[in-house]
Order: sequence, then C-alpha cells, then structure tokens
Amino acid sequence: MEITTTAFKRCVVLKTSGRIDGSNAPEFRAALKEITDDGVFNIVLDMADVNFMASAGWWVLIDTQKTCQHLNRGELVLASVLKSIQNSLSLVGMLTYFKIFDDVTSAVGSF
Amino acid sequence: MTSLRLSEVFDQHSETMRSKSFPGRLENLEKISDFIVQAAKEAGLDDSATYAVQLAVDEAATNIIEHAYRGTNQGIIICSYDVLKDGIKIVLKDQGKPFDPQAVPEPNIKVPLEDLKPRGLGLYMMRKVMDDIRFEFSPKHGNTLTMFKRKKKSLNLTKSG
Repeated sequence: MEITTTAFKRCVVLKTSGRIDGSNAPEFRAALKEITDDGVFNIVLDMADVNFMASAGWWVLIDTQKTCQHLNRGELVLASVLKSIQNSLSLVGMLTYFKIFDDVTSAVGSF
Repeated sequence: MTSLRLSEVFDQHSETMRSKSFPGRLENLEKISDFIVQAAKEAGLDDSATYAVQLAVDEAATNIIEHAYRGTNQGIIICSYDVLKDGIKIVLKDQGKPFDPQAVPEPNIKVPLEDLKPRGLGLYMMRKVMDDIRFEFSPKHGNTLTMFKRKKKSLNLTKSG
C-alpha cells in the first residue's frame, strides 16, 4: 500500500491508491494515527485513486474522525471520492459523518 | 412485474455456474474481488451494481476469514457465480464455524459519531447493496451464503413515446 502525506499550513493531505480492505486497513490506520499523534487534526484524504473501500476502511475513517473532532480540534474530510464509493456510503446512511469535496484544492481551502 | 421472484432465483441454475477456490487469507481479498468483478461484467451489470457486488463479496469473504476461520489463515473459500437472465447469483462456501446472522446486531447508524460502534457494518452493507442474501449451514456442507443482484432493466424497454 502506497501512502503519501503532504503537510500544508493548516492541514495534512493523505493520499493512497487502489483498494482499502481488511488486508491493508491496519496499515492505513497506522498512517492516519501517525498524523493525529503529531497533533494534526485537520486531515484531507485524497481518494482520487482509491477504487474500493470496504467496511474495514470505513472504520478506520470513523475512528480517525472521532479523534479529529474530539474537543472540536479538527476534522477529517474526503476529496475526489468515486461515485460508487459515495453511493455505498450513502446507502448505509453514513454520508453524514464526512464532508466530501470534489477536489483536493477545495478540501484544503476549507480549513 | 414479469421477472422471477427471488425465491425462484435461488433455485434457478444455468449451465454456466463457475467456481474458484481461494485460500482463506486476507491477502486474497483482491483476487476474490477480481474474480467477482469479472463475473459481474459478464452478467452485464452496470458500474454501480458491479461495485455493489464487489463490496458484498469482499465483506462476506472478510467475515469468513476473520470469524468462520477465526483468522487462522487456514481453510478455503469456494466462490461461485451463475449468470441468470435477470442478474447474477453468487455463492460463497466455507467449512468454518457456523455463522448465525441473527447474532450480529444491526449497527445503529443514526447516532452521534462518538457513539458509533464498529460491529455489524459489513453484514449491514451486504444486505443494503444486494437484492437478497441467504445464509445456510449444514454439518456436511458448512456455511453457504447465496446472494443475488438484479440487473437494471435497460431504459428503452420502459420508455414510451
């Protein structure tokens, strides 16, 4: 799993690609935890190259969102989410937990 | 509605049932996905329905590996599919611990974020994205999960004028 992080003035952008499933969710979790352990709670997940997200991946994002939003100190937002992935999240009624931006630039600009 | 009822779909077989076995390990989830995406395309499902099938099978296979086979990295998942007139039927079989879907609580989604509990989401997603799913267990055959995804009717059939 290839993960890159880019630090901006007010947030960090994490980008990964391919599938996020039960096999690599722990690695994905560790990468996000590294960011929040550094005291950064404004995070953009760039999903432009993510083509599949299983529930294991959503739980990583939910736990990260809990950490970020704790004490109103920040937020995890999603950018460039594939339509089918958005639909699956919408079907289970979990779209309300994440702000979704069309592209990384507007996501970064939201902070 | 002229299409088959779901109960009829489950008993329906074509001549084209295809199967593949996968060792029950998380690193094989991608191979299982590739197999099933190919199947969904063969059945003529659109992108959104193909994603739904991929998600349901991935969640089911993950549950088999982590719960039925208890994360032991042992055991086999037999994945089969049947292209039917109305859609695709998918069957997953394993020889692990009997799975009782009643024992998995439905996740409570309409709660504040901090109260969300990480349990049952996979099964919930499977039920939401597929048209029907059925679990069976027999001591001889183990767990059998049968799922059906209906193909969207093509628009020109319903359009008038």
